[in-house]
Amino acid sequence: MNYGIDQDRLIEIDSILREDLIEIGVDYVLMIDTAGNTIAKCDSGAHSYDVASLAALAAGNYATVDAMAKIVGEQEFSLLFHKGENVSIHFSMINEEFLLIILFGKEVSLGFLRLKVAEAIDKVRALWK
Amino acid sequence: MAFINMRTNEVQVKIVYYGPGRGGKTSNLEYINKKFRERIKSEMVSIKTHGDRTLFFDFLPFDIGKIKGYDIKIQMYTVPGQVKYNATRKLVLKGVDGLVFVADARAERRRHNLLSLKQLQENLAEYKKSIFKIPLVLQYNKMDLKDQGVPLLSLETLEKDLNSKLKVSSFPASAVTGENVVVTLKKIISVTMAAIQRELK
Repeated sequence: MNYGIDQDRLIEIDSILREDLIEIGVDYVLMIDTAGNTIAKCDSGAHSYDVASLAALAAGNYATVDAMAKIVGEQEFSLLFHKGENVSIHFSMINEEFLLIILFGKEVSLGFLRLKVAEAIDKVRALWK
Repeated sequence: MAFINMRTNEVQVKIVYYGPGRGGKTSNLEYINKKFRERIKSEMVSIKTHGDRTLFFDFLPFDIGKIKGYDIKIQMYTVPGQVKYNATRKLVLKGVDGLVFVADARAERRRHNLLSLKQLQENLAEYKKSIFKIPLVLQYNKMDLKDQGVPLLSLETLEKDLNSKLKVSSFPASAVTGENVVVTLKKIISVTMAAIQRELK
């Protein structure tokens, strides 16, 4: 079974990701599905990454952590975050099908990012209501 | 589940190479990666153990051009073949559009092929997919070992064991020499695209 997302909704997703996340200094935002497909991507133009591989690995990483949570009796691990010296990656779940992957540098604080991510996710979810 | 992006007119298709451990799934992707290097934009990703065994998956993206105005992006994955990794095999199968089952033609691996195919059927059922309906191609790998005197299963035996009920296309192959690797790939792409195209109208 295939699925598609119509053009209007994709444009709205793009503007939410750009306004809420790229505008605060995030390098790269990827919305992917849990199978590893790329749904939307936005970047600040500062870096270029191998997006297809990132999406495949991020979906695998998220699924692995989710499976570990179930083994220890947790519904989910709500914060999934990899901190690097120059680039960090933040993962969050939009809904059962979609994930938001954010790559950002030292100049963005994790607390502020989490706040903005929560806002962006609410807006993206609202597009399906 | 292929994702169709109506904005960029792009279709992302997931093809998974599945089969018993040490059967040649990774070798298939390595051959494709080498053969089509100039057409593949990124590096092949392999998550493997220190012993060079697949731990999670290999990943290779491959653009095949346009069909009906859509850019078709094939994303090829392998699963880890070792028995103990079934939890991760299931994760890789999520959203699969087409499958290549890579069987090991060595006589000593007969039982492993059968168990792996049976487990594939069970794993697909967990995603509410039927092995009889999903685009699927069988590959009988390691045919090159015949020249080295390794006892191999006959094609009749392999067909009877693995394909008597499925009745899908099957190819004797050698992932090491490249024999029928591209033929297998072309076949799985064509049957998967035929299934997807019905929904692209």
